[in-house]
Amino acid sequence: MDYFLSEEQLMIKELAAQIAREKVLPVRAELDEKEEFPWEIMRVLGEADMFGLYIPEEYGGLGGGILENCLAIEELSRVCIAVSVSFAASGLGAYPILLYGNAEQKQKYLPPVAGGKSLAAFGLTEPNAGSDAGGIQTTAVKDGDSYILNGTKQWITNGGEAEIYSIIAMTDRSRGARGASAFIVEKGAPGFNFGKKEKKMGIRASATRELIFEDCRIPAANLLAREGMGFIVTMKTLDKSRPGIAAQGVGLSQGAIDEAATYAKSRVQFGKPIAAQQAIQHMLADMTTQTEAARALLYAGCKFLDSNPKSISKEAAMVKLFATDTAMKVTTDAVQIMGGYGYMREYPVEKMMRDAKILQIYEGTNQIQRNVIGLELIKEYTGKKEGVAVG
Amino acid sequence: MKIVVCIKQVPDVADVRIDPETNTLIREGVPSIINPFDMYAMEEGIRLRERFGGEVIVLTMGPPQAEAALREAISMGIDQAVLVSDRAFAGSDTLATSYTLAMAIGKLGAVDLVLCGKQAIDGDTAQVGPGIAENLNWGFAAYVRKIEDAGDGEITVERLMDDGYDVVRTQLPAVMTVVKEINEPRLPSLKGKMRAKKIEIPVWSSEAIGADPERLGLKGSPTQVWKIFTPEFRRKGELLQGEPREQVDRLVAEIRRMNIV
Ligand SMILES: Cc1cc2nc3c(=O)[nH]c(=O)nc-3n(C[C@H](O)[C@H](O)[C@H](O)COP(=O)(O)OP(=O)(O)OC[C@H]3O[C@@H](n4cnc5c(N)ncnc54)[C@H](O)[C@@H]3O)c2cc1C
Ligand SMILES: Cc1cc2nc3c(=O)[nH]c(=O)nc-3n(C[C@H](O)[C@H](O)[C@H](O)COP(=O)(O)OP(=O)(O)OC[C@H]3O[C@@H](n4cnc5c(N)ncnc54)[C@H](O)[C@@H]3O)c2cc1C
Repeated sequence: MDYFLSEEQLMIKELAAQIAREKVLPVRAELDEKEEFPWEIMRVLGEADMFGLYIPEEYGGLGGGILENCLAIEELSRVCIAVSVSFAASGLGAYPILLYGNAEQKQKYLPPVAGGKSLAAFGLTEPNAGSDAGGIQTTAVKDGDSYILNGTKQWITNGGEAEIYSIIAMTDRSRGARGASAFIVEKGAPGFNFGKKEKKMGIRASATRELIFEDCRIPAANLLAREGMGFIVTMKTLDKSRPGIAAQGVGLSQGAIDEAATYAKSRVQFGKPIAAQQAIQHMLADMTTQTEAARALLYAGCKFLDSNPKSISKEAAMVKLFATDTAMKVTTDAVQIMGGYGYMREYPVEKMMRDAKILQIYEGTNQIQRNVIGLELIKEYTGKKEGVAVG
Repeated sequence: MKIVVCIKQVPDVADVRIDPETNTLIREGVPSIINPFDMYAMEEGIRLRERFGGEVIVLTMGPPQAEAALREAISMGIDQAVLVSDRAFAGSDTLATSYTLAMAIGKLGAVDLVLCGKQAIDGDTAQVGPGIAENLNWGFAAYVRKIEDAGDGEITVERLMDDGYDVVRTQLPAVMTVVKEINEPRLPSLKGKMRAKKIEIPVWSSEAIGADPERLGLKGSPTQVWKIFTPEFRRKGELLQGEPREQVDRLVAEIRRMNIV
């Protein structure tokens, strides 16, 4: 379907697709097998200016919005979401600085991210605090011109590979969720170390590690916004980055359809291609319809988010929820269409189905997305929010 | 360093057909690309700029549509582009092409280095690079696979040979043709693509480059095309017969005769 994208947006899509085709496709199976971080591809994406899509021009970016970033993520995801998450997680790590950094912080940290010279990462989750982020135990204590961090972050994408980390830690436990704050921590800060690389079901080329803070001393100037703003920073960041996970879902679904449809035309059973069976056609029809619906919701959601409305939590959650549930279903059906061959490592849909699962889990599980949508809905219908006509 | 890269727009090789009547390439309806070897020349130009500073200018002689090739070059990170285009250039052979390009390079001022592809995938003669050097009376090296160093008016390069490589040092300004072993061409960047969309590309006519009309186009092209055909592919090989011993003796004798050992 034609979404009437601008010339620049089409240019982004085309170049991202070219990078996916020429640089990612030939190595995706090998990167998965070896669980190797795609540094060479990150370098190519950096040279192509892709890391700066959503960053203002004054900080070395291209001044685009969430839609521009999502177009690039979608095209990369059509070939490999381990690559696209490594790319997108840098945005997740940079958004807190972009949204809440002061002039010096932005000037210092955004240009290297925009140029792809440094990757960023976002550290919120801990062993005992996943969906319930309010339960984080990592602390930051002010000590003169420094903060001292203690605690462990778990499953942090780009952990160990990134140079710049946005970290959420408690500055005042007595205040509960209002006692969290956001900090910028650089790789190499004294007392900042990494755990081993996790072994995962999917997105195996991406790096997921523990971040370990043991009396880690950082300059007090690395506090983002004010003390106590940690969870606001987190929520606003996730609102901006969740469409990126949706874009992964849309691209991944499309990639699975590409494989399944091509295969169905060539696989002959009972004297004719399986694509001639209505049962297969119906599966492909549903996969395509659902993927197109997810894409339409994604693009519409991005345009809405880029118009800077007051609240975007519900829309960001809907986009993430629908596109990632779609990706899980579509990749599972792609394996089904390809039968035993689909289950084998020789064909890419095996990896696609393994990879898809993470999309329903990270950046808020899809249960949590439904909670967000439900909560916003109830707010709307109790008339708490202005501009809502009830009844 | 001021570097000029000569690029040629060629038909996408997968689709090339020859008109048996006129002995010329059928270009209608065939998508055009930048001659693949010229991509390596451009990449090397950009890398030299990154190493030594300066600017890289691309030059092409061709019809107005060749502008697309120049814009693609800009999207990769080339600084400037010039289209050398005039009806008077039509029908140029390698002699006229080399002369025309040399005149255009002369107009660019104090150029240090000219880079060309090893050969064009359509014409395939590999004559234009050396032809430019001859016209300018500059140093020349073909099949360059590595530029070791440049500076103080000199350049040192490795030239790929059948049995290894030569190290060649020559004075600047010079002309080089490059092979694909020299680097891996980069993809375009978004900023490059946006710049490519907007940049003004000057078009230089025969007058603008101050060329002698007698040496241009068909007039300046002594090449007579007699016939164009695909040579038959003949594998030269001989199967030795007889007992293993006999075979070995004959093999050794043959190797001696061929002066291989
Ligand atoms: C590969 C990978 C990469 C990741 N990258 C990052 C990263 O870069 N940065 C970062 O901070 N975190 C990251 N995470 C963590 C991720 O965001 C969490 O895993 C996720 O938020 C869920 O938390 P949990 O795994 O602890 O699950 P839990 O919170 O323990 O949830 C377990 C189950 O209970 C359900 N559940 C929990 N609470 C509710 C509720 N209130 N209502 C309904 N159902 C509920 C969940 O939906 C889930 O099905 C990553 C995780 C993985 C696996
Ligand atoms: C047998 C034959 C018959 C021909 N007949 C005709 C004809 O009738 N009409 C006609 O129009 N053409 C004709 N040509 C084409 C024309 O002569 C050549 O294409 C042209 O001179 C370049 O030579 P080449 O393609 O062999 O390039 P090569 O010498 O193989 O190219 C080497 C390098 O020189 C540079 N270069 C070459 N051409 C250009 C250019 N135009 N601009 C910038 N850089 C360049 C590039 O860096 C290239 O990689 C003919 C060619 C041949 C071989």
